[in-house]
Amino acid sequence: MDTKPLVELDGVSKRYGAVAAVDGLDLTIDAGEFVAIMGPSGCGKTTTIKMLAGLETPSAGEIRLAGRRVNDLPVWERDTPLVWQSLALFPFLTVLENVEFGLRMRGVDRTGRRRRALSWLDRLGLAEFAGRNVADLSGGQRQRVALARSLVTEPPVLLLDEPLSALDAHLSVRMQAELKRLQREIGITFVYITHSHSEAFTMADRVVIMNKGRVEQIGAPKDIFLRPASRFVARFLGGNNLFAGRVARMERDGAVVTTADGSFRVARAAAAGVRVGDAVDLNVRSDRISLTQQTGWSGNEVHCRLVSEEFVGALVNLHLETAAGTEIVAQLQQRDLEMLDLSPGTGFVASWHPEDGHLIVPEAPQPLALAAE
Amino acid sequence: MIANRFVRRALLAYLGLVLLFAFAPIAAGFVFSVNSDRFPSLPLGSFTLDWYRAVFEDALVVESFRNSLLVGLAAAPLATLIGFAAAYADYRFRFFGQRAVLVLGLLPPTIPVVILGVAMLAFLARLGLAGTLTAVIVCHVVVCAPFAMAVARLRFAQIDPDLEIAAQNLGASDWRAFAAVIVPMAWPALMAAMFLSLAVSFDEYMIAWFVGGLNETVPVRVLGFLQGQVSPRIHAIGAVSFLVSILLVALAQMLTSRMTRH
Repeated sequence: MDTKPLVELDGVSKRYGAVAAVDGLDLTIDAGEFVAIMGPSGCGKTTTIKMLAGLETPSAGEIRLAGRRVNDLPVWERDTPLVWQSLALFPFLTVLENVEFGLRMRGVDRTGRRRRALSWLDRLGLAEFAGRNVADLSGGQRQRVALARSLVTEPPVLLLDEPLSALDAHLSVRMQAELKRLQREIGITFVYITHSHSEAFTMADRVVIMNKGRVEQIGAPKDIFLRPASRFVARFLGGNNLFAGRVARMERDGAVVTTADGSFRVARAAAAGVRVGDAVDLNVRSDRISLTQQTGWSGNEVHCRLVSEEFVGALVNLHLETAAGTEIVAQLQQRDLEMLDLSPGTGFVASWHPEDGHLIVPEAPQPLALAAE
Repeated sequence: MIANRFVRRALLAYLGLVLLFAFAPIAAGFVFSVNSDRFPSLPLGSFTLDWYRAVFEDALVVESFRNSLLVGLAAAPLATLIGFAAAYADYRFRFFGQRAVLVLGLLPPTIPVVILGVAMLAFLARLGLAGTLTAVIVCHVVVCAPFAMAVARLRFAQIDPDLEIAAQNLGASDWRAFAAVIVPMAWPALMAAMFLSLAVSFDEYMIAWFVGGLNETVPVRVLGFLQGQVSPRIHAIGAVSFLVSILLVALAQMLTSRMTRH
């Protein structure tokens, strides 16, 4: 894989009056990468992709495509096709004419563009629909027409703005697999905007999590999943239990963190880089928590009461509360519940192994975002 | 069920009465335009096309049709262009005073035509245009443009604003995106606006009378007739004018309803 950075965002900000939609964003994307940008509504992900496409101009910072500054390049002079959330297919053109559009605008002759458009339609399993009106296609087929229309010019990077959000859950899962396979085959960089964890984590090589216009964490899906870098990421991903506390002491095999719910051990790998006295959040994934009705099973234990249970198929989320008022979610297999008394208010002991704890160090104060200007 | 059927029939009868009330005078005009009697009275005389012949042998009437046609063909495309451009600006851009501009654009039809006519005459007289066909054309552009704008706005309300930007994203410069997306999508509306403008211009009497001077359009000529004498020729002109107008409006309506297909 060519590792020369293809897309570079260098301190990019976008302000609307006093509001910063994107605030000092640094991001480098390599050729052939599948990057998902994820975050809640209003986190700046859509503004980011619009700036990449040239639909918005950054207020500060620099955007480079293949090393070339593109801040002021008009939309039509960039080769950054976008797959729209609304798909934005041209209703007055046939499927084939929609796919040909980009080639027609670039002055490719009739036979050339027909051949290339047909080959993309074929590749996406749409060959038989070439002459149809887009309105006659199903949601999934329209989705693929939108992909073909954007890919037909073989751009270095494809931008996708929540393209699967209009599809039903089943179709969305199928398209995720298809998109990932397509991206691997053609080796084009995908920058994919989504608010869905499953889409981002299933497809992307790297996930960027944004909040309030800033990057909270960039990393491989597994790293983010196992080691969220901030309280926000842990909460946004869900299924994490946070205990705010302080590092009380370091030991040979790890550290001890004191929280309102008691002292807990964490393994050495998780405690790397922290010092005694540091304020930290201890994070334990809900699927790593065991529930028993007696103490003495493991080192990290906390007494709690059952508040409610939430049935999610083969798994069950039990919502509990400790004496100090901390909410804990334990995710158990359906069959593990058979031995437990699940009436609300029942006392439990929640426990986990020191290796399953992970420490989040609250961010150091941010350097001033505009200092570089 | 029975009550339902009764209500249904009553409503149908009511609808029939309304249509009869609206169209009976027009139908009567048609009937008497081919009736040989000098005065409109029953029983009818024999069938004749004499009145039509008389009308089209009248140089002033032919002249008025020529004038109306000229004014319509000049004013309608201009009004359509201006109305369409105004509607497009409102659809595509966000700018300071947008609502005020929109209201101003849609204002002319709400001003009493007498006031509009006098004002236009006073203004055009200062430019030395009073009494010319050019004056009628200019005034009809002003009168028709809001209608064209209204029709275009109907269409723009249905066009996803992402489409034009999507075209730019696929490599079309702003003008090409406009030509490749907005024009084909708005084409039926453009045509509808054109026919509606033609109909409005063809029917407009008051302003044409104020500013046209001796250059009479069809409605002005008809009134001239009425002031002089009551002749079945009026019915003949009325029938022709009605057919032209209704045809134009029907074309506009057909195109407007076709727009919703996409």
